[in-house]
Amino acid sequence: MQFGLTDEQQMIVSTVRSFVEKEIYPYEAEVERTGEVPEELGQEIKRKTIELGFYACNFPEEVGGAGLSHLDFTLVERELGRGSMALTHFFGRPQNILMACKDEQRDRYLLPAVRGERMDALAMTEPDAGSDVRGMKCQAVRDGGDWVINGSKHFISGAEHADFFIVFVATGVDETPKGPKKRITSFLVDRGTPGFEVREGYRSVSHRGYKNCILYFDNCRLPDAQVLGAVDGGFDVMNEWLYATRLTVAAFSVGRARRCFDYALAYSAERKQFGQAIGKFQGVSFQVADMITEIDAADWLTLSAAWRLDQDLPSNREIASAKLYATEMLARVTDTTLQIYGGMGLMDDFPIERFWRDARVERIWDGTSEIQRHIISRDLLRPLGA
Amino acid sequence: MKVLVPVKRVIDYNVKVRVKSDGSGVDLANVKMSMNPFDEIAVEEAIRLKEAGTADEVIAVSIGVKQAQETLRTALAMGADRAILVVAADDVHQDIEPLAVAKILAKVVEEEGAGLVLAGKQAIDNDMNATGQMLSALLGWSQATFASDLKIEGEHAVVTREVDGGLQTIKVKMPAIVTVDLRLNEPRYASLPNIMKAKKKPLDEKTAADYGIDVSPRLEVVKTSEPETRQAGEIVPDVDTLVAKLKEKGII
Repeated sequence: MQFGLTDEQQMIVSTVRSFVEKEIYPYEAEVERTGEVPEELGQEIKRKTIELGFYACNFPEEVGGAGLSHLDFTLVERELGRGSMALTHFFGRPQNILMACKDEQRDRYLLPAVRGERMDALAMTEPDAGSDVRGMKCQAVRDGGDWVINGSKHFISGAEHADFFIVFVATGVDETPKGPKKRITSFLVDRGTPGFEVREGYRSVSHRGYKNCILYFDNCRLPDAQVLGAVDGGFDVMNEWLYATRLTVAAFSVGRARRCFDYALAYSAERKQFGQAIGKFQGVSFQVADMITEIDAADWLTLSAAWRLDQDLPSNREIASAKLYATEMLARVTDTTLQIYGGMGLMDDFPIERFWRDARVERIWDGTSEIQRHIISRDLLRPLGA
Repeated sequence: MKVLVPVKRVIDYNVKVRVKSDGSGVDLANVKMSMNPFDEIAVEEAIRLKEAGTADEVIAVSIGVKQAQETLRTALAMGADRAILVVAADDVHQDIEPLAVAKILAKVVEEEGAGLVLAGKQAIDNDMNATGQMLSALLGWSQATFASDLKIEGEHAVVTREVDGGLQTIKVKMPAIVTVDLRLNEPRYASLPNIMKAKKKPLDEKTAADYGIDVSPRLEVVKTSEPETRQAGEIVPDVDTLVAKLKEKGII
């Protein structure tokens, strides 16, 4: 058993961390205040990321990526987690589901995405289909040789800057003993396709400036060439490629928690009440102890799940545990840090209030905590027939 | 032309320094260490010289504990071609003094046939600001210190120096030692492809004994102490009060 990082991994960590500290931190307050990322700033971050060879570093070398292992990439995500998500979005990591592109789809979508020329967004969630993905109403029907899509998607992150979308749509229903079961197909949809519209979404409490959008399909006609993977094979591409996004949420949470903890630790040592540093009071010092213990635990859980993926070991349950624990840990750490800061923690002079707000979504998106618990428990109990 | 860049592993500039309880020095156990920031600027400048076609090869050298290997890997990841580690201590608390470092560097310069040494003006741990100057004396080379601009023009180096009261431009004959100041350049991040390549670049490991240099200390640290803590300030309501207070304290 070897717990140390290699020289390369250490350099990856220190490079990404100093990038975030120098290229992201200085602009965070403005993004928080305005809720917008200035166009030039986003492009500048993207340009620097490409120059450093980190853009699309999650993709294999044969398509122009850096070919990082899951563990290396998890370290990148962890360090990026320190910074504003609205800004680190431009430190592009396209959806690895694009690896399912075939033939000329590679030239139109995969390769330009890896080169940073076109940005992607993934669309699955609908107002009536959150955790229950199969409950989606957005559907495509055959018309001649084409598909005609109708319906809508919401909470679509990254849509604002996306040039094209990977959209999951119902393409039929199978009657099963358990009742009707929808067949799902994923489509590549270009921005500007007739009958497809991207509209402004809701204002979220978390990740200001990292907007979510609503997608509308009104008789949007797509040829077969836009199908990603196989017709009715939406769940296959999802299962093959989307498992790892939960790991990125876990990694984000660990990085963010470490940044938040640095504030808690420094403040505990500096802030004086009743004639001494508040860190000398057990009420605060034990909170500091609990926080670092939980952060370290989440970190190792996340890294070991990534390592399992690299070893081709079954990792579904471990990824779910990492996502569940890291996101709930982040909620506790940000809440405790805010408590240590007292009233000042609520004021936007410090980033604590936004760490606390941002943390809330992590337990919801990419599979709620409840869904993760479901995955973990089914993995354990199903083999026992329960 | 080969450019030699000495790099020192020092306590990271972000770390809050703690003095050891016996006052013998700064506590370095389990503390984050990094490349001396001025040396990073020197590495950057050397790589730029290579990119401009002025230099053919950039060699990073570190003298100290074995862990300085990490510092050298960082230099390689930034773009240095190869590295030499001279192990001269086993204890992280043992600082190799400038004279010993300069003597070893002089040997390395001769062995490598380097035409230029680019060094940080000083290390941020003990602020000696001596190694570059001593090396120049040992080699009998020109020296240009505190460089904020560097141009190689044929047989000469034109160096702008940051001196009290302004900038001074000097022209020195090559080969030369140039020690670099903060404003010379902004060091690049290690790119991902270079990080991956760094492991494959050669890193030779030597010892001080290989060069026949005695590194035993000649200086004695009498005492290390924390700087005095700053007194709390006072917020005054207006300029008049400020002026009155300053007069009261005899400052103006």
